[in-house]
Amino acid sequence: MSAPVNKNRTHHVTRSSAAAQIAGAFGAIALIILIAAPWWAGSANLRLMGEVCLYLALASLWNFMAGYAGLVSVGQQAYVGFGGYLLFALTIFGGLPPLAAIAAAGALGALIAIPTALLIFRLRGAYFAIGTWVIAEVFRLSFAQMSSLGGGSGSSLPVNVVRSLAASKDGREFLSYWLALGAAVLVIAAVYFYLRSRNGLALTAIRDNELAAGSLGIDIWRMKFAVYVVTAALTSAVGALIFLQKLRISPDAAFSVNDWTAFVIFIVVIGGIGTIEGPIIGTLVFFLLRETLADLGTAYLIILGVVAIVVMLKAPKGLWGLIRARFSLNLFPLGYRVLRRPEKKGA
Amino acid sequence: MTMEWVNAIVQGTLLGGLYALFAAGLSLIFGVMRLVNIAHGDLIVMAAYLGLTVVSVLGIHPLLALVLVVPLMAGFGYVLQRAVLNRTLGDDLLPPLLVTFGLSVILQNGLLEVYSADPQKINAGVLETASVSVAGLSLGVLPLLTFAVALAVIWGLQWVFYHTALGRAFRAVSDNQDIAQLMGLNRRHIFGLAMALALGVTAIAGILLGIRTSFDPSIGGGRLIFGFEAVIIGGLGNLWGTLAGGVILGVAQTIGAKIDPGWQLLAGHIAFLVILAIRPNGLFPRISA
Repeated sequence: MSAPVNKNRTHHVTRSSAAAQIAGAFGAIALIILIAAPWWAGSANLRLMGEVCLYLALASLWNFMAGYAGLVSVGQQAYVGFGGYLLFALTIFGGLPPLAAIAAAGALGALIAIPTALLIFRLRGAYFAIGTWVIAEVFRLSFAQMSSLGGGSGSSLPVNVVRSLAASKDGREFLSYWLALGAAVLVIAAVYFYLRSRNGLALTAIRDNELAAGSLGIDIWRMKFAVYVVTAALTSAVGALIFLQKLRISPDAAFSVNDWTAFVIFIVVIGGIGTIEGPIIGTLVFFLLRETLADLGTAYLIILGVVAIVVMLKAPKGLWGLIRARFSLNLFPLGYRVLRRPEKKGA
Repeated sequence: MTMEWVNAIVQGTLLGGLYALFAAGLSLIFGVMRLVNIAHGDLIVMAAYLGLTVVSVLGIHPLLALVLVVPLMAGFGYVLQRAVLNRTLGDDLLPPLLVTFGLSVILQNGLLEVYSADPQKINAGVLETASVSVAGLSLGVLPLLTFAVALAVIWGLQWVFYHTALGRAFRAVSDNQDIAQLMGLNRRHIFGLAMALALGVTAIAGILLGIRTSFDPSIGGGRLIFGFEAVIIGGLGNLWGTLAGGVILGVAQTIGAKIDPGWQLLAGHIAFLVILAIRPNGLFPRISA
């Protein structure tokens, strides 16, 4: 990126900023602390943190689709459930080790997303959203028909499969936490590097103005198709991980619109859609609310819905949008900035 | 044997009337303000619960309860549109979608809080079981009535759209909001009236649903999907097409159920996906999406 330094240049173009460098350093430290969590956190907290990581991964993926590619889906539970069911099918009938099954679930998620996208991309905008929901229903009803996987009542992961993950209970808990943390880091890194790439630039152009992006020669359909398939693959892998932690699956739990789409949408909307930072903040806020208000039961969900509507109407860029507007911060350096070169370093 | 299949098709056609009623409100709202209301199904369920409450408090027949529930829902629709949904309308697709999604979650859990998760049913006495015999087929009076109501509602909406000042206003704001505004129409008010009309229809759909089957707060999403499928199968912007879409969906479901009870819903979705694959604009499109 560094252009040859010229005496006459008083400005230079950079992606990085002091805030991003500090955020990067803090992020690295936080990651090390999180990796070490099994040695400082209790079993219950470890489980909670694993759940936080998995929701962070789902939210980042949904945001990648909706916030950047403009593909608003209310049917991502299709892939969460698909991945979960494939984990069960591949370990029970295929004899695959759980980790290989998770990877295979991702690959097969991409495979099934291709014909799905060809069909539902015929629907535009909001109708696309409901179309994704129909797909999720088709998946749910189809898996409910499979009696070998327990039909409508579901099935549990056999003990020998669970044991094959790690011999001791502690070992399994540690491993599933690290897998969840790894999934969150992998998804955020994937989204970040994708957005920094040439394709990412095209995607950002589509986000800002689809018509203008098209007139610049960007193949909008192909860009969106790629995002849909990649998101489906990663969502399926995360789904497999989710049900590896739950150890039990049923069609209603696997394809729950509340658990895998409503919460995820609230996280992204509250945090700030169309930014990488938004889902991170949204996930933290969501779990903070959940841990303090969960005793309220259904009232908690009503509050969440009201908060999401108020945020959408009053601050459509979410919490991160408010922070960024105020302090002009970008923790993940995506855009380019023109900076004045300090006088003395001109040579 | 053939009689059984004929019966399945006839029953499916009548069921399609109910789906067309689910769809009519959705179609109307989309036509006037390009809004897709994700909470539509939950509003249908809410109307069913309102009907249940009116029937049990006043002890009147559910069809008589419509006299109260239709204006209640229409009023709610007007307020909802003016207070919340109008703020979401614009070029950006996300706000209306996400706000109505939030509304769906609020309604669903609100109903759960008030009425619990126990399935309920609206008692309509003999209307539930009465049937007439036509050409060897036994047709339920309620399904026949539902289909007749669907025909009447769609005819009525068509009439409002093309023969009244209100309909002219609907079509004007649908074609170009800004110019309609310049011509002296208050689009916020017009949108409020459109939502009121749509929720009035939703009230009818909800009560007929509640008489026909048991319902609980969680079934809204499914009703939204049926209505949506009817709209897409029939073609956007064509209300008679929506009725045809509802009938196709209903017939696919009853035929699926006849093959295997577990296939009822799946067969309907598959019919929808097949039509989407071969005729992406629906069977009788009038406007492009």
